[in-house]
Amino acid sequence: MAQIKKSADTNVHQLNPTGSAIGDTMVKIAVLVKQVPDTNSKIQISGDRVDLSSVKMVMSPFDEFAVENALLHKEAAGGTVTAITVGGNSADKVLKDAKAIGVDEIVRLDCTEYMDSNAFQKVISEVISQDGYEVVYCGKSSADTGSGSTGPGVAEKLGWASVSNVTDIEFTDGLTVTAPVEGGDAIINVSTPVVVSCDKGSIKVRKPNVKGIMMAKRAQVEVKSVSPNTSSVTIVSQSMPAEKPAGKKFEGGQSAETVVQLLRNEANII
Amino acid sequence: MTETVIIAEMHKGKVSPTTNELVGAANLLGSNCTLIVPCTDSSVADEASNISGVTKVIAAKSSLFTNYDAAAWAQALDSVAPQGIVVTSASAQSKDLAARIAARRDISVVQDVISIDGNTLSTPIYSGKAIENVSINGDVVVSIRPNVFAGADNDGSCEVQVIDASGDLSTAVKELVERASTRLDVSEANIIISGGRGMGSPDNFSHLEVIADTLGAAVGASRAAVDTWAEIPHSMQVGQTGKTVNPNLYIAVGISGAIQHLAGMRSSKYIVAINKDADAPIFQYADYGIVSTWEEALPVLGNALSNMLS
Ligand SMILES: Cc1cc2nc3c(=O)[nH]c(=O)nc-3n(C[C@H](O)[C@H](O)[C@H](O)COP(=O)(O)OP(=O)(O)OC[C@H]3O[C@@H](n4cnc5c(N)ncnc54)[C@H](O)[C@@H]3O)c2cc1C
Repeated sequence: MAQIKKSADTNVHQLNPTGSAIGDTMVKIAVLVKQVPDTNSKIQISGDRVDLSSVKMVMSPFDEFAVENALLHKEAAGGTVTAITVGGNSADKVLKDAKAIGVDEIVRLDCTEYMDSNAFQKVISEVISQDGYEVVYCGKSSADTGSGSTGPGVAEKLGWASVSNVTDIEFTDGLTVTAPVEGGDAIINVSTPVVVSCDKGSIKVRKPNVKGIMMAKRAQVEVKSVSPNTSSVTIVSQSMPAEKPAGKKFEGGQSAETVVQLLRNEANII
Repeated sequence: MTETVIIAEMHKGKVSPTTNELVGAANLLGSNCTLIVPCTDSSVADEASNISGVTKVIAAKSSLFTNYDAAAWAQALDSVAPQGIVVTSASAQSKDLAARIAARRDISVVQDVISIDGNTLSTPIYSGKAIENVSINGDVVVSIRPNVFAGADNDGSCEVQVIDASGDLSTAVKELVERASTRLDVSEANIIISGGRGMGSPDNFSHLEVIADTLGAAVGASRAAVDTWAEIPHSMQVGQTGKTVNPNLYIAVGISGAIQHLAGMRSSKYIVAINKDADAPIFQYADYGIVSTWEEALPVLGNALSNMLS
């Protein structure tokens, strides 16, 4: 059978006989990515702030699953994927990493100031609504703050549904996602618009190929300026955690008996 | 003084003991503490009325509290909760809810708080490799890491008001898949025994299960174990890309103590490590270290525990 060939760079909607546009179901997908220190890196303090000047920065691990899910969504439903980050020039790398594995557009919201969660979510949600995205993917939490506030917070600001800690997704009519609940997993139907915060699941994150890396190099980052509100939560200081006193170490399996005694008499926990 | 509003932590439809810790923390943040109990049956809220330090209990009653729906829960709880500093647990679900309630009220959220000193809150950053101290100004939502704050006693009494809460569901649970094992999940347990690659094979996890059953513990795993053996599901993984846990006792068996594993368990109250390599990094974090193969140590541990607990 003859296949209708569509040139890759024509994005024109063709009309079918009934007059509706083919491609109306194309989904506009955004994925939020963040640059964080490589999880292997040692965190150091200089003065009263963490000093990241000599630390290797990478895409936050859960964001990798978010990018993969966004790409799978596009492959299943058709559409475009835009990776969005917030930061200065140096954050472009995380966008290029996303570009190298297949996102269509890359956008940086230009801001290097500290923002509390409310200011941050407002900046993100404004762009999501102005640019007409219908689905937003993000990691369930970032490896630096560990908060996990962005997905649900942005959804609330947009008045959208959100599902979090999602391990698996079926791209049906709307989405069918798997997320943990007390005692097991829930399989949940949700329709768009929706924010999906991704956990590690059974999917494997694709690796960039040479072509992807070359394309990413040439790709233009669209830089948007933002004007965040004043934060009501401010950072006072950052410090190293209190050192734990050295523990007791015993040789040989028989010492497990002693440890059980200590757990009862010294630690009082069993 | 500042008003505080606590969203009770629920477990199997009842108010969980973690709620006492939330009250303990809330009393450091302000006074006049209202405790909101999300429930389908308002009688469960009665138990919470004796937590000391609580001024008033509101049973937020609605059938929507059967299954978690972030948007609907936030809407329903926001509508019954007075203004003030909102306090939740830092469990995975409650952090999600905390973020939604904060965004709904146009205020910020500070997650995973481990200490409170006046208006200064401390939270772990970089998976506990550092601590951030933030100052709050006005109302915020604060999630409290379990097993850190002293729990309030149960010798108070206060009024319970029942309010019918409502919200618009945005998700539909199609199916609930119960965990095959009756054992607790690592995110729910107060004691966890985890195995790593050093267990040698997934079958050997049965030795951990025996001890878990004696202790009422959950069984966890390192990523190397999860990635190597299909029988060990990701839901058991503790660490950077697994679950963050803060149990009273964490027993690491055949786990080297990689920085990404520590990221998920270093804030456990007590850590026991069993490893044959005396130089394994896990020993630097262990309160009690046993340098031994698990083959030798686990039977002794199992016997000693069952003798003590029987
Ligand atoms: C981005 C990223 C995210 C990651 N996320 C996680 C995560 O969430 N969780 C996680 O755990 N890891 C994570 N890792 C992987 C982590 O770096 C380690 O590879 C992993 O934790 C190692 O697991 P392990 O300790 O079981 O295995 P190994 O490091 O191989 O250690 C096995 C240990 O068992 C001991 N042993 C061997 N035989 C015996 C015996 N018979 N008796 C007693 N002891 C024995 C050995 O001495 C050794 O110390 C992540 C890595 C990256 C890069």
